[in-house]
Order: sequence, then structure tokens, then C-alpha cells
Amino acid sequence: MTTEILKAPLVVEFPFTRSLGPVQSAFLTGLREKVVLGVRTTDGRTLVPPVEYDPVTADELRDLVEVAPTGTVTTWAWNHAPRRGQPLDTPFAWVLVRLDGADTALLHALDAPGPDAVHTGMRVRVRWAAERSGAITDIACFEPYDSEVEAQPTDHDGQFEDMVTGIVAQARLDYTYSPGRAQTAYINALADRRIVGERCPSCRKVYVPPRGACPTCGVGTAEQVEVGPGGTVTTYCIVNIKARNLDIEVPYVYAHIALDGADLALHGRIGGIPYDQVRMGLRVEPVWTEGGRYPDHYRPTGEPDADYETYKESL
Amino acid sequence: MTREIAVVAFAQTEHRRTSDELSEVEMLMPVLHEVLDQTGLKTSDIGFTCSGSSDYLAGRAFSFTLALDGVGAWPPISESHVEMDGAWALYEAWTKLLTGDADTALVYAYGKSSPGSVRDVLTRQLDPYYVAPLWPDSVALAALQAQALIDAGDTDEPALAAVAARSRDAASANSHAQLRGSVPQGEYVVHPLRTGDCPPISDGAAAVVLAAGDRARELCERPAWIRGIDHRIEAHSLGVRELTDSPSTRLAAEKAGAFERPVDTAELHAPFTSQEVVLRKALRLGDEVRVNPSGGALAANPIMAAGLVRIGEAAARIHRGESDRALAHATSGPCLQQNLVAVLEGEPRHAQ
Repeated sequence: MTTEILKAPLVVEFPFTRSLGPVQSAFLTGLREKVVLGVRTTDGRTLVPPVEYDPVTADELRDLVEVAPTGTVTTWAWNHAPRRGQPLDTPFAWVLVRLDGADTALLHALDAPGPDAVHTGMRVRVRWAAERSGAITDIACFEPYDSEVEAQPTDHDGQFEDMVTGIVAQARLDYTYSPGRAQTAYINALADRRIVGERCPSCRKVYVPPRGACPTCGVGTAEQVEVGPGGTVTTYCIVNIKARNLDIEVPYVYAHIALDGADLALHGRIGGIPYDQVRMGLRVEPVWTEGGRYPDHYRPTGEPDADYETYKESL
Repeated sequence: MTREIAVVAFAQTEHRRTSDELSEVEMLMPVLHEVLDQTGLKTSDIGFTCSGSSDYLAGRAFSFTLALDGVGAWPPISESHVEMDGAWALYEAWTKLLTGDADTALVYAYGKSSPGSVRDVLTRQLDPYYVAPLWPDSVALAALQAQALIDAGDTDEPALAAVAARSRDAASANSHAQLRGSVPQGEYVVHPLRTGDCPPISDGAAAVVLAAGDRARELCERPAWIRGIDHRIEAHSLGVRELTDSPSTRLAAEKAGAFERPVDTAELHAPFTSQEVVLRKALRLGDEVRVNPSGGALAANPIMAAGLVRIGEAAARIHRGESDRALAHATSGPCLQQNLVAVLEGEPRHAQ
């Protein structure tokens, strides 16, 4: 029997808070103040954007200089279909720009009417963002700008009022997740209020939830075995900290439960009993709420506790 | 004395655009079984296991621990993982075998790019301060490098199209490849790169077995001896680098001994046509060298495995007697950021 493989959207978002250090702090604060800083290397080159250590010699670099907001395109690529998060939402050119006074190039976007209007060697200038916070996006983009190459970089102490010392880097990635064959079968059975594991053809152990492979033997599992619904608490913990986005009163008990017929314990919350009365050996069964596709929690069956010998292998 | 270490077996999936019906371990396991079957080894016989993968591709946290189910990772096991292409996992395994701690190693890698948008996922490996906030996707960065090559007179669009056509044509003989035969060059994705200049988006896995000394001769009729292997990296800022050249590839090749004698075959990990131009120059490959007889990453690009596949393909040609000395190259990061070069040799064949 073939069943349709489950799929669901999955959004992964992760804001990283990053500290900047002396050189990056000066550079990003400078952008907020419409000043572009570079750093001078021990052999006299000027790196823009500036880094704390020389990429060639590994020397520590601290001598900041100010360079011009005008520069020259060193290479480019026309992006006719901008993607989420990119600097412009209309077609633009990606460019590496060597700012006047710099020896290296900065990656950014160039606002131009079309690829015919862009070429290597063309002159451009910074277009500043209207609102600036101390980030690379304080440069909204570059724009074409005919001008002479400006003078040499000038020394700068890198000091501004209210220095930016950190950034929060937002990231979001969108997926369409599929759990594969074994877990699709498991999840579909749960919706029918059945708990179905898979047996290893080699060691005969039954895995719940199944992952498609026996971790002991390294072979695929395929034979489906219905287990439970009754099971035994093999071990547990008491949760005292409320999880974000989880509407469960603390304290509550989270337990390892060896379902009858399974050789591996699964995790579940224990309800229907005061948290301080949960114990190893407690007999439990799953509780599905109305319309629920998986057990909401496990509750005591009222049977006598299981003998330690019956579940010690699942600990 | 340095131990001699060889690739003695190689297996890979049939790489394809999606593999919804398979979890990562379900995709990987047949490859592990196949590579072990070639040597007659069981997982319990393996001295060291090392893998390469990235959770970001499929958006699945700790996927490499789940993938370990496929090798029967029951303690005690000597095992390691790199968040890098499997070629670097192979480098770690090679080092482990050199120490004498193990005589055999299983190296595997897998990547499922289909669940996410790989062009965007790869932006997360970039400099988080100056670059990642702009979300420059992988094709855009490769296109900047391609334009630099065109400006320098190193290539042009017809030459890039010829690289694409030659690769997919070569892949006709490779049943594992995803894009085979005549593939239209298509429209611009990011100018100057067209669809045909870009790798396919692939799901796939690969595995090799390494063995040392006489153990290699027992396990394989004609082992592919690793005569040298080295990896080097460029400065991380694209604006600091000379994008038309790859000094790190050249240095790795030099340290691996690639220039001591000519190779007859080269498997280059060049996901974009323009990158083959850079690599041929850095590695001084002439027209007499067979480049990417497998079709290369332009024919199948299971990210995190595609570099290991290059080593595996080069080794398999030596196993089959189709090559005596081959170069395998793997890359990682934007615009050939990091490069690994291995030189593989077969022992002289006896007269018929």
C-alpha cells in the first residue's frame, strides 16, 4: 500500500545577537553617520570594508581611515529577479565596488535601469538609507555617478557619539518539510488513534517512533507493528519552567514511556495525576483530545504498577 | 614511515531533484550498504566512521545524528562528523588512518536540498556583519566571478556554454547523474550565468571506504592510493580576493603533489561553468586531461556530497583500470572559497 507522503511548511527563524569589536563597530557606526571607514594594513593597503586582522599577514589592524563615498565597479552581475531580503525589490546589479582611496572592494547592490547601463569600471556613489542604525544596510545601494577618482584616504580616529557595539542579525529560511516514509506512516496512524512502530528484521526490536532504520544493526525497518496503547513510565522529570508558546501549567511531568510491545521508550507528558505522585512503573495510556492528530498526554490506567523487571531493558 | 591509504570502494545514489518519500537516513542507507557490500565489510568491521552534512539544507536539526542510524552506530564506535562536504570528512578519516588508530574507514555524506531554497540557505554561510544581511544568493556570487573572468578575457558566454554541454554530454554515461545529454542553456538566472551554467538542485548521498596498506589490497583488486591530499582557503571577503584565480587550489595541489607528474583524469568540483575555467588554470590542466568524465557537479550537485563524489568517481576510474593517476578536487563556500585536492594512483597493471 502506498500512502501519500506528508509535507508541511517549516519556517526556521533565528535572530543572532553579535558583538562587533573595535573595527567593525567603527565601520558600522560610521555608516550611520554617512562616513565610510577603511583600515590600513602594515604594508600600506586600505581595506574597505575593514577587518580586524589582515587576511594575508594576519597582523592586527587598528589604523582607521576615511574613504570617499564614490568608487569604481570591479565586477557586476545583473539580478532581474530580486529575492527576499536583498537590498532592492526592483531589478538591480550586484556589484563589487572599490571606493576611492580603498584597495579592496565592497559587495552591495547598484540601482541601474538595466544590464546595458552597467559595466566594469563604471563610476558609482553610495545612496544612503533614509533611516540608519549602524548596519551594512545603512548603504541603501549604489547609484551611477560620473566623477573623478577622489584623493587619498584620510586618517580617522573611528570615534563617534553613541557607538554601535552589536548587531542583531535576523535570518529566516522557509522549507517544505517531509518526514519520509517511516515517519509518515507513524504520523498517519496516530491520527487514527493507533501507535504503529517498525520491527528490525535483524534484531527483531520494535522502534516507536520508527525512523526507518535500526540504529543498532544499521538496516532498514519496514514491518509495521501496532503497540500499546498501554505503557509503563520508565523514568521522568518534573518541569518547572514554562516553555515559550506552550500553554501547559507548571509543574508538570515529562516521562519516558515504554509502550507495551515496543523496545524503545518514547517521550510524553503525564496528566490526570498530581505531578508529585508520578513514579517509575506507573501504568499509563494515551489521551487524544477531540480532533487531535496525536496524543495530547498520557494518563494513569489505574492498573497496578509494573514490576521493575518488566521495563528495566527500556531504561 | 607514512602509511599508504587507498579508496577501496565508492557508492552513490541516483541524484534527483526531490526525494520526498525518503528521510535522510532512508536516502543514505542503501548507499552505505552498497559500499560495504563491495568490500564484504560489515559496519562492525569499520575502524572509523566520518560523515559530512549540513542541517541547514533540509532545515532539520541534528539530522546527522539521525543519519547515524544507518550505520548501526551502537557503542563502542569511533565516529566523527564535519559540517562540511564529505571530502573534508574523508580528509579527517585519512588523518585517522595515518595515525594507525584504524585500518579501515567509512566516509559518507548526504544532502537534501529539495525541502528548502538552496540559493537562500547558502547565504547563511556568509560573513554575518557585512554580507549576509544583503542576502546575496549563491548564483549571484558565482555570476560576479563569471563576469570578472569575462572582463579579464579568460572566457566568454559561448565558452561557458561549451563547458555545460560537455559536462552533460559526459553524464550520459553516468546513470547516477541528474542532468544528462542535451540540456538547454536557457535564460539568464543572474547575468552572465544562464540556467545551463548552474548546477541542478539535487538530493543525494555518497560513501567511500578507505583502507590502509595490505588491508586495502585485500579489499580491492586495484586500490586507488591517495598519494597526496591537502586543503587550503582564501580570505573570506570576496572584495579582497582575485576572483579570476584560485591560489588556494594551486597551493593545495602543490602540497598534494599534483604537479610532480601529469594526471590523466581530473574530477573537478565546479558547480558553475565559470568555476571550471578558474580551476583548469589553477591546476594547469591541459587538453590531454579528461576533465569530469562523470559530468561533474553540473550534472548532479548533492550539496555536502558533491565533493566526495569527485573523489569517489576518480577512485572508481582507477578501480576499473580507466585511469592510472587522477586528480580529485572539492570546494566549499562562495566562488571557490575553500579547496581540497587529492591525487590518486593505481598500481601498474600487469601485462595481459
